[in-house]
Amino acid sequence: MAGATVASAATLHLPHIDYLSILPVLIMMGGAVLVVVVSSMTRRALGTSASTALSVLTGVAALVAALFQWHSVTTHGAKVTIAGAVVLDGFSVLVQVTVAVAVILSAMVADGYLKREGVDGPEFHALALLSASGAMVMGSANDLIVVFLGLEILSIALYVLTAMNHKRAESGEAALKYFVLGGFSSAIFVYGIALTYGATGSTNLPQIADYLARNVVADNGVLLAGMALLLVGFGFKVAAVPFHMWSPDVYQGAPSPVTGFMAAVAKAGAFAAVLRIFVSSLSTVRTDWQPVVTGLAVLTLVVGAAIALAQRDVKRMLAYSSINHAGFILLGLEAADPRGVSASLYYLFAYTVMVIGTFAVVTVMARDGDNGHDLEDYRGLARRQPLLALALAVLLLAQAGAPFTTGFLAKLQVVSAVVAVHGYVLAAIAMLSAAIAVFFYLRLAVVMYSPTGSVADPVPAAAGGDGEEGGGGTGAVTELLTFDRGSDAVPGLAVLTGAPPLDDVAERRVTVPVLTRAAIVISVAVTVVFGIVPAPLVDFAHRATLLFH
Amino acid sequence: MIATLLLVHLPAVLAVASHPSTVDVSVFAVASAIVLAGGVGVVVARNPVHAALMLVMTLFGVAVLFVLQRDDFLAAVQVIVYAGAIVVLFLFVIMFLGVDKEENLRVEPLRGQRPVAVALGLLALVGTLVLGSVSHWTTGAHAVSGPADAPGGNVALLGRSVFTTYLFPFEVTAALLVIAVVGAVVLARRPPATRPEGSPGAAAMPVPGSGEGGAEDADEGAPADAEAHPGTGAGEPDGTGEPDTAEKAPAAAGAAGATGQAAPDVTDAAQAAEGVAR
Repeated sequence: MAGATVASAATLHLPHIDYLSILPVLIMMGGAVLVVVVSSMTRRALGTSASTALSVLTGVAALVAALFQWHSVTTHGAKVTIAGAVVLDGFSVLVQVTVAVAVILSAMVADGYLKREGVDGPEFHALALLSASGAMVMGSANDLIVVFLGLEILSIALYVLTAMNHKRAESGEAALKYFVLGGFSSAIFVYGIALTYGATGSTNLPQIADYLARNVVADNGVLLAGMALLLVGFGFKVAAVPFHMWSPDVYQGAPSPVTGFMAAVAKAGAFAAVLRIFVSSLSTVRTDWQPVVTGLAVLTLVVGAAIALAQRDVKRMLAYSSINHAGFILLGLEAADPRGVSASLYYLFAYTVMVIGTFAVVTVMARDGDNGHDLEDYRGLARRQPLLALALAVLLLAQAGAPFTTGFLAKLQVVSAVVAVHGYVLAAIAMLSAAIAVFFYLRLAVVMYSPTGSVADPVPAAAGGDGEEGGGGTGAVTELLTFDRGSDAVPGLAVLTGAPPLDDVAERRVTVPVLTRAAIVISVAVTVVFGIVPAPLVDFAHRATLLFH
Repeated sequence: MIATLLLVHLPAVLAVASHPSTVDVSVFAVASAIVLAGGVGVVVARNPVHAALMLVMTLFGVAVLFVLQRDDFLAAVQVIVYAGAIVVLFLFVIMFLGVDKEENLRVEPLRGQRPVAVALGLLALVGTLVLGSVSHWTTGAHAVSGPADAPGGNVALLGRSVFTTYLFPFEVTAALLVIAVVGAVVLARRPPATRPEGSPGAAAMPVPGSGEGGAEDADEGAPADAEAHPGTGAGEPDGTGEPDTAEKAPAAAGAAGATGQAAPDVTDAAQAAEGVAR
């Protein structure tokens, strides 16, 4: 590869740059820089609303650019550009679409949170956009060095985002934990790149595939070690068991919108890269890595679902559930064929929408201070705010894999992809873990729809109704912060169930900012509509194939 | 690890010259000794400044090894970036946190970590030696496909690579720099940044429960805050208590033991240092 550059002629032949293939990345980075520049140029600090608007616009622009890319791929075919560093194919386009959707939804959810918590808007949005650009780079990377850079852009911005809420000590603690473990895993990953380079003589993915196809490697110790380290590095990033230790603490400590963003974008970027590297470049040595991936998938599926059962904190529960989801996405990697890849991609998209919607509800439920994450905080939500409860119930059922949702189709596709390559045991384990997972999703749904007051409720409502005082009581249940007059609770029911008086129920409603409401509605709509009319999205995923296979 | 590195490098170093001259071998031996001594010194030095200086010694030794491999550019970068910038940054932080602090090496925060570290290090060394001695274990293509001393030398080759083969990775690195700048500002800035400027002492307002507020500041300020707000939890929303802020600000500034404008500046600098250390 370097051989091409050795030509001692004085002229420098710059590589051809196909700007369309990196347009979404450029838009994301440009949007981030724009947010930072505008907020520093203006005399008064750029408001949160303005930066949210910029961020959403950037996301929409990137989405549009990705659709142009899709047009180019379907009419002119996939291609490699910028000296083989970037690839434009159906796979990369779907990753960019997924990330752009995640950015749009997260920005809308974050808007209300940033205002409520008094966190600076422009910085948050700039970092989120940069982080998303990292995931996009990973999705279209055709070189291990580019993958690594994308991973770092994604991760380092996420470390800072995790620490954004200065008021919560947990936020800083989670960020430090994430930073140390993330840095550690990045080092392991880059060592894996070095060893793979040593074994194959290139960091370019097609060249690695080419080398492995033309040479029978008799003693492949270095390659095996390289692949193992790559898998460990990715295992950290996607929180696959046994490299998942950081994820519950970080998910719990990070600001809730960041948790949703992290769950969606970090998984999308890391899985996109791992699918491309292993399925397209290392497919000739798949007998070496497939057993390892099988083991990872089994552990991730079972441990994620089992430990989630024991969680009382909703964010921790969702963290373990996201580990369980990672196990399902690993199934597509284990299948290691186009069908598995498209199933994993579909799963990533469906999961992105579901998880951001779920964390949008978690964000508003947490109230000021971002602390109301106990299961008991959700008790009786259906009576206080039926629509919010319904939305969360739908999203939880979708995550559990209920029919007529994208969650069901996603699980169906990855499992059938594994069955197609005769992985019957793995498929059975996946179904079993899905069955276990249904329990904890439904438990939260049941809690929402069960009446209030059946638990030992701390004496509520010591605070007056002027909306200025934090409750500060023992249970976060009593934190009264936002008041939305006009409850739709039924007084008779409250009396019958021994629930707190009506005005207390009214006071315990949470406010749902308009943009957050819109984000929740969009995610529920996408989840349900594409679950009932699956054809467009499934078709998109099926045609989103890897260029080199 | 450094010893492992050296042993792995030894054959490569000797292979540079087809007949390893005595100069090569002796330079290698001297540089290795410097690197090893520096590495040991970093670990055993009681004074953090001495440890940082030992690190400089190690990095210089590695730079000499690079020169021996005819990689002048890498050697220069090694000296400028590592020995120059990074260690100076270390020293900067050490000076901020207090030079005279000595580590008690007897205390092990993690019980049994030292024997385990020694065992793992030996394992890595033995493993590398075994794998290195069984030469055909390490198969693969020839990694370097161009002569290192082509016309123009290292720098020209690197420059060409950066603007041709690795153009995209090179440009994308810019995003990392933007993240670093924005991230440093976000993490190092005082939490109640949304308060309007000009309100006296606003910058010195401690925020209860903040993860990284100036420690003394927060300790002193917290009781006053609690008096002003009996029963307020740690999560008071910003902007709701503007009048209170004005009342509390002088108290907090007084508690911090400073009058006038000096206090915010000093604490700002300390916080910036903390941000860097993170």
